[in-house]
Amino acid sequence: MYDPNIIRQDFPILHQQINGKPLVYLDSGASSQKPASVIEAMNEYYRRYHSNVHRGIYQLSEKASAAYETARKKVGRFINARSWREIIFTRNATESINLVAFSWGQTNIKAGDVILTSEMEHHANLVPWQQLVARTGATLKYIPVSEQGYLDMAAFDEMLGPQVKLVAITQMSNVMGTITPIGDIVQKAHAVGALVLVDGAQAVPHMPTDVQAFDCDFLAFSGHKMLGPTGIGVLWARKEILADMPPFMTGGDMISRVTFEGSDWNELPWKFEAGTPAIAEAIGLGAAIDYLNELGMPNVRRHEIELTTYAFKRLGQVEGIRLYGPPEPTARGGAIAFSLGNIHPHDVAAVLDGEGIAVRAGHHCAMPLHDKLGLTATTRASFYVYNIPEEIDRLAEGLDKVRELLG
Amino acid sequence: MDDFYKENILDHYRNPRNAGTLENPTYTHESHNPLCGDVIRVDLHINEDNLVDKVTFEGKGCAISQASASMLTEMIEGKSLDEVKQISKEDILELLGIPIGPVRMKCALLSLKALKAGVYGVEEFDLEEDEDW
Repeated sequence: MYDPNIIRQDFPILHQQINGKPLVYLDSGASSQKPASVIEAMNEYYRRYHSNVHRGIYQLSEKASAAYETARKKVGRFINARSWREIIFTRNATESINLVAFSWGQTNIKAGDVILTSEMEHHANLVPWQQLVARTGATLKYIPVSEQGYLDMAAFDEMLGPQVKLVAITQMSNVMGTITPIGDIVQKAHAVGALVLVDGAQAVPHMPTDVQAFDCDFLAFSGHKMLGPTGIGVLWARKEILADMPPFMTGGDMISRVTFEGSDWNELPWKFEAGTPAIAEAIGLGAAIDYLNELGMPNVRRHEIELTTYAFKRLGQVEGIRLYGPPEPTARGGAIAFSLGNIHPHDVAAVLDGEGIAVRAGHHCAMPLHDKLGLTATTRASFYVYNIPEEIDRLAEGLDKVRELLG
Repeated sequence: MDDFYKENILDHYRNPRNAGTLENPTYTHESHNPLCGDVIRVDLHINEDNLVDKVTFEGKGCAISQASASMLTEMIEGKSLDEVKQISKEDILELLGIPIGPVRMKCALLSLKALKAGVYGVEEFDLEEDEDW
């Protein structure tokens, strides 16, 4: 049985007081906390077998190489990749998307081409495309998003055409929480010959992922939002696409042969992993995936729907609150942006911090979306495996306090 | 380690069979090991009966890569081209007869990679092609 009260015991950081009150951590959408097993896996590596990977002819290095490559296989299985060779370790989802924008984009996008993205993208899935079209003379167009946070699929249909070469789309908005219809988007994009990049930074940690079922072409996500450490992210792409892409960064480990005249590239996935990788972080991510598999991703998703349902009910009772995104919990994830009257989100977050409650305030790396909604900023509470309904009560009480103080 | 550097491996390393190059090879190919920079070239001559009548290897590398190349050339002499194409990774490991870990696997298989790339006429022959998991 899924019991978040038991799960919480695995997370050392949650058991502390902030400003004399038990910590309520509601910022997992920005970065999740880590279970002891992840911290221990990384500790174990540094204490017992730290060494560089791939070239060492000695036991420590063989063990480190095996652990690093085992982590890759765990990631591959977790998203149902066809092969571990399709898993590229990067620093984070941002770097994964930049890798595609530079390596694939630079060779495949030309003047006159169109790239589609949406109005509710995180800057990570927006700025790299703005830069790519500036370099190539292509055009970037935005699929409209409704007030409630739904993608305008009729507009998307009209925007599709033979000039569209790529659709870069979030699977779950980090502001509105919206889950986008990836299967439908992929089918329509492929029908006009466009590839699809999915920004899974918010979705992969929170619901089951199956790249073969999505039928997408690229998937980017970060380790630190899914119980893993910072500094490790993933790019998944179809093997045949990766095989045709030039390297993103060059140097050690990504070559097969170097002469003074030139170089040949290593096999997949190492062609895209120049230099010493984040070994401890990959091992930590592997441990995080073990932990999530233990919980079961369908259970993780169910827990989040329950929390989101409760949050809409409980927070909805707070006077002057406006909750953004789809009100239907099954249509969204557990990142809930809101505003409280005219009180600035920075003030909301500061008062909540005084109550031991950690939330995020700002534009959440989605400034164009906030512009569209006519907002400068919002406050956001986001949930994960260890959150409990009592914490939503604490948030609601904290918001009442904010109103008393500043309303 | 004594098990690893067994007598027959050291023998092939010190006295490689079929060392050198051919003047008119039917197939020739050079493969590289990115891990340590080893290089092995394999030359093959096929006679009118479609059998390997001459085979040589040349290159530099560790005892494992040199010994496995020497053993491989010895094994394919007199074989048909079809038989050569069928040689697998497992055949090489059986020839060597010692446990090969993941790091040394590329050393052990370098000559087979060169041989296969040559006879199949490809730049790179991926022996682990099907190992998606």
